[in-house]
Amino acid sequence: MVKRKRRKYEPIISKSRKWPVVLLTKHRDEFVEDVVEDSFEKIIRLCPGKAALREELETTMYRERLRIKTMPWKADPPDETDFWNYVKVSLVSSATQKDDQAERKLLKEIITRYVNEIFSTFKPSRHRLARRIVIGGFRRLLNATKIKTVTGAITGKHTLRDKIEITGEIEQLRSLATKGIIVMVPTHFSNIDSVLIAWVIFELGLPPFIYGAGLNLFNIGLFAYFMNSLGAYKVDRRKKNLPYMETLKSYSTLAIQRGCHSLFFPGGTRSRSGKIEKRLKLGLLGTAIEAQRKSFQEAEENGNDARKIYVVPVTLNYNFVLEAPLLIRQYLERKGQERYYFEVDEYSTSYKIATFLIKFFTKETKISVSIGRALNLMGNYVDEEGNSLDQHGNIIDIREYFMSDGKITENLQREQEYTRMLSNVIVKEFHRINKVMPSHLVAYVGFRIWRKQYPKLDLYNFFRLPVDELSIPYNDFKSAFKIIKDQILQLHEEGRVDITDILYQTTDKIIETGLNNVGMYHVARPIIMNKRGDIITKDLHLLYFYHNRMDGYDLEEFL
Amino acid sequence: MTSKNSYNDKKRPVGVIGAGSFGSAVSMLLSKNRNVILYARNPEVVENIKTDRQLNGFPLSSNIEPTNDLEYLARECDILFPVVPSSGFRMMMHDLSPFLHPYHIIIHGTKGIEVSLGEGESLNNPDISISRENIKTMSEVIIEESITLRVGCLAGPNLAREILQGHPAATVVASHFDEVISIGQNLLRNEKFQVYGNNDLIGIEFAGVLKNIIAIASGALSGLGYGENARSLLISRGMVEMIYLGKELGGSTQAFIGLAGIGDLIATCTSPLSRNFTVGFRLAQGETLQEIQKTMEETAEGINTVHIIKKIFENSHNRAPITEAVFKVLFENLKVTKALEFLMRSHFNVDINFL
Repeated sequence: MVKRKRRKYEPIISKSRKWPVVLLTKHRDEFVEDVVEDSFEKIIRLCPGKAALREELETTMYRERLRIKTMPWKADPPDETDFWNYVKVSLVSSATQKDDQAERKLLKEIITRYVNEIFSTFKPSRHRLARRIVIGGFRRLLNATKIKTVTGAITGKHTLRDKIEITGEIEQLRSLATKGIIVMVPTHFSNIDSVLIAWVIFELGLPPFIYGAGLNLFNIGLFAYFMNSLGAYKVDRRKKNLPYMETLKSYSTLAIQRGCHSLFFPGGTRSRSGKIEKRLKLGLLGTAIEAQRKSFQEAEENGNDARKIYVVPVTLNYNFVLEAPLLIRQYLERKGQERYYFEVDEYSTSYKIATFLIKFFTKETKISVSIGRALNLMGNYVDEEGNSLDQHGNIIDIREYFMSDGKITENLQREQEYTRMLSNVIVKEFHRINKVMPSHLVAYVGFRIWRKQYPKLDLYNFFRLPVDELSIPYNDFKSAFKIIKDQILQLHEEGRVDITDILYQTTDKIIETGLNNVGMYHVARPIIMNKRGDIITKDLHLLYFYHNRMDGYDLEEFL
Repeated sequence: MTSKNSYNDKKRPVGVIGAGSFGSAVSMLLSKNRNVILYARNPEVVENIKTDRQLNGFPLSSNIEPTNDLEYLARECDILFPVVPSSGFRMMMHDLSPFLHPYHIIIHGTKGIEVSLGEGESLNNPDISISRENIKTMSEVIIEESITLRVGCLAGPNLAREILQGHPAATVVASHFDEVISIGQNLLRNEKFQVYGNNDLIGIEFAGVLKNIIAIASGALSGLGYGENARSLLISRGMVEMIYLGKELGGSTQAFIGLAGIGDLIATCTSPLSRNFTVGFRLAQGETLQEIQKTMEETAEGINTVHIIKKIFENSHNRAPITEAVFKVLFENLKVTKALEFLMRSHFNVDINFL
């Protein structure tokens, strides 16, 4: 096979002290103050009057104290109990006062505390070190196992780049990152994603992006180190109270407004089902729209041009998801109306992840990352220059989407609606740029063949079938596979999905590659070929998980 | 002519597209609150308005300015009310689109749908099967053809003649955007005209569209000389059918039991002023569809709607007996009396099962 020569991407901003995220850290105090001010005003507007504000504070206090008792985490600050006790006492003593000054002060204290929790200090030195560890360490690991010579390991013939293939609108992304602000929205299947994306961003020569990482990840030592160094801010999903949510949104809005490229996993959490996200979380996505409106307002006051914000969908295409067994179990439990479940993420320990990384670099498998075409906030494509074009090729001034009666106005319901429209476009783009791998196809075909043999069983009873009794003669499998493969090629022609090059090889070869790769590190493999040459499964749940990747293309009509 | 109208002429004027009867009614309502620019496609109509100061037999307020220039209209107005038949709607949007900006707000008053098929395909082909993706409501056409996002619609019992005569009435402004609803309310509301808001844009659009089918059937009952028992039966069963169809097309039940659903249904099913009612009436009197269409001045949206909806629900598990019967009368020369027999024999006898 001819090795494609890969281009090395020069950094678009070489001096790290000029990176937006570094500037944000440098002016931390000012930024924190702005976030506090912004979220304070929003919450006051949402809870007008003393009674409403007290109710919100009381609810927040109650929930926080409950959380401390029932779900304590290693990453929690030690003075939490004291702080919320103080809130409780203050609330009691201010109950009889006529005005709401005490409540306002308390709210401000709570928000300030939250902002400081969310903020992580970005240190370029630490970033460089972390990057070197990621890249150097991976490379050495890779070479030590591939080439058993010391020189080979040091010269680094095999690199991460051979393992991770980045395709799509790379040049546009790089160009727009110099002109405007990027909001990258990737699909989310695994905890590995954030590290992977951080690497992709570095590899493409982009300055670090900020992103909200689940605080639970900071419980994992290995991740905590990288997260802090890669521009992550902390999102605590246990806190669902209004002040926290508003603070988080203000944080994101203001950081974007200050020019920080951002990364959201718009699905919110990892896709439990293995399906590409169909419903996105609108909260964080909405902050991009709010940031754009605020920039326009500011620019109008100052009489200059506002920087544009561009949304770039990205799909991460895996043959293997480390946490798949846990994710699919949770998905099925939730779907089965089990309302309460406890999240024990046994796959997210430093040890498990390290083992995975070793396996990843020692076996032949590829991850592919597809960069989608940039969109404006209304979901229109933008050109290389960052202009949004309408059906007639005229440039749209998206500022005017925020106008009424000739002025830019703040209208949260309008922006919510824009967010909903944008999220629909992103979902469509995910499906369009998603790269079909042979492993996804074999999982799909296998699952569908078996599922159709038991139409009377519901999904839950279907999963109880003894797997030893399930097998498909190879030729039957192959003919079904060919139908689905042809349909995928057809969809690809129509521009509705992307594919890996392997899909142009012979059907036998594609099936072989697929079977070798799908969920290859699981103890019980989702689909394999037995000694007789028949197709069998060891775990229907996992097979279902990998099969779900092909959901949303209406393949059910064909198989 | 001195006007006692309380309109605010400092603000930018509002645009109306289409000088048919409902277009003039909408212009009249708007003119009480704002200056209006009324676009008519036909330059002669514009000239007539300018000289006679009247439209469809009713005097026009002095603050309604007729024009034949879409570019002028879009430049002068931020808010536009297109009221043109669905058959010409896409064309109109196509012509208007180059002049539109993202700040424009469009609230349409067209109770029809459009079908888009592959090239060379036609609804008349008996083998063709169509789905929801093939049909577009007018708000969907606006969004497809232009950069406008803030879109809404008007629907409700709004017989143009009664509005022009100044009888009390009400309408629904539906939009996903609260600001579109409140702008519509502020512009249209007056002491004799009430305006309600609804966020289910698609549901409200389909309420206005689907009721036309029932209106044709109602006209047919009157044409046969039947009375109010028969009509009430039709209206309530028609209501059920509308809800079934509407939900499958993407609307909510609530949209159909409000003013734009039941309200509009009663008005069009009981009034000889309704064009769709008239179509049914004349069919029952023995005229053919071709004869009726030849002599009608304005479009009866229901004819096209019946055709499209019948096609969509051919392959559905939901049954639409009234639509099927009207379809057979309109396009397969079934006698109205036979269609009625067919309906009365229907075994669809659960009263209400959707709430």
